[in-house]
Amino acid sequence: MAQENQTLTHAYADISYDEPIIDHAPVQKILNICRAMSLWPMTFGLACCAIEMMGFGMARFDSARFGAEVFRPSPRQSDLMIVAGTVNKKLSPLVTMLYEQMPSPKWVIAMGNCAISGGPFVYKNQYGIVEGVDRIIPVDVYVPGCPPRPEGLLEGLFQVQKKITGRRWWPVPETATKSEQW
Amino acid sequence: MIEAIPTQFIIIFVGLLAIMAFVGLNAVVLVYLERKVAGFIHRRPGPYEVGPPCFPHGILQPIADGLKLVGKQIFTPKGADSFLFWLAPMISIAPAIVCFIVIPFGPKLQIINTNVGLILILAFTGINVLALCLAGWASQNKYGLIGAARDISQGVAYEIPLLLVVLSVVFMTGTFNLFDIADGQGAWPWQWYIVYQPLAFVLFFICALAETNRNPFDLPEAESELTAGFHTEYSGMAFACFFLAEYAYMVVAACIMAILFLGGFQGPGAPGIWWFLAKVYVLLLIMIWIRWTFPRVRFDQLLNICWKWLIPLAVLNLLITLAVIAL
Repeated sequence: MAQENQTLTHAYADISYDEPIIDHAPVQKILNICRAMSLWPMTFGLACCAIEMMGFGMARFDSARFGAEVFRPSPRQSDLMIVAGTVNKKLSPLVTMLYEQMPSPKWVIAMGNCAISGGPFVYKNQYGIVEGVDRIIPVDVYVPGCPPRPEGLLEGLFQVQKKITGRRWWPVPETATKSEQW
Repeated sequence: MIEAIPTQFIIIFVGLLAIMAFVGLNAVVLVYLERKVAGFIHRRPGPYEVGPPCFPHGILQPIADGLKLVGKQIFTPKGADSFLFWLAPMISIAPAIVCFIVIPFGPKLQIINTNVGLILILAFTGINVLALCLAGWASQNKYGLIGAARDISQGVAYEIPLLLVVLSVVFMTGTFNLFDIADGQGAWPWQWYIVYQPLAFVLFFICALAETNRNPFDLPEAESELTAGFHTEYSGMAFACFFLAEYAYMVVAACIMAILFLGGFQGPGAPGIWWFLAKVYVLLLIMIWIRWTFPRVRFDQLLNICWKWLIPLAVLNLLITLAVIAL
């Protein structure tokens, strides 16, 4: 069985943030809609799920339609961290550091089973894998799958947008009619 | 009280306000165009869904990006020189706005008609190199520093063929006044200076791409090797300032190309700002097209292109121009 109380050698990420200068409900509402519509992900792939993340940005699935194709290489300019793959213990301080380097407001998607819980690498006395990236950084949306398909990651993006603005912006796939699809 | 203010000051003040609006609007349009053209080149729709149904094709996307960047946390990295760190984005954007003062947008639409217009633009665009150098230096970041070093060597190297090429056009016209240069060309394409100076136009275009840090010469911010180069540590509006400045310099470069080689505001039918903007936007679209088509050059290749090809060709062009004028 998995180690329920896995000990890590470094602390949980610093999740303190500055209070907004203009804390005024309508202003924050408009800003939140803008934030949801322009989530720039960090160029950052850890393992094979990153291939699906690339598919999410490329022609067939095209995250650009929802304003999320600007993969910024610098954490200072990105809003969304997609943890795409296995986080091992050696890498976990760097993942924490990248999270802390992102300026708030920021969101995290744990993509794939490895990032969610350790996935296939969890067994008794395993010593190398962080069992779930939520042990080192706060996660907003979990996208399960091994790996999840790009449309799964798109759905995860929609869930982040829903979390930011409080409403779903795009039609749910099962009920989408032909005219609502592009 | 109001009579005490000279008219010239009022014209410059109003003109600067209008230019700031123009630069901001241009940045919004260019961000949208860049992402949309990138989408079409990758065979995907690009920004499409953002915005209510009355704004189709995602034309509100740049607005969402801009407001998001305003609402983003900004901070000074530990160990950074905070004065220089915050000075750099301002030094980057301010000269870009000054450059537009001398550009003749139309036969009657120019803020200052001065006989050193071209020199003023060349001088002020040079300041951008200093701004990027300060940004990389002050942010206490190894990627930033390498980006700044690359920007200086690239900026200094490409300034030389740029000046030589401009000089050959100036020898032809005998003036640095941008209005006179545009006015001296005829309405039809075969009366424009691109017919007399085709090599100069190509050289100027390459140098302009390098001076504005566009692909295939965007070595100072090479994403695959330097994270984000000189602006690695900048977030929120400081980053947006650098982008605004980059787009503003692109527009300045396209304006100069349109004036020197493509007749400026001259065109078939009535001359006016519509011809000028059409030429500028065609040149900007070509720049965006090049960015999404060509891979980045290596740094030694970048300097070899400049020192082994562009400068000798620019000198040759200048000598031929002088010989033809002398005959």
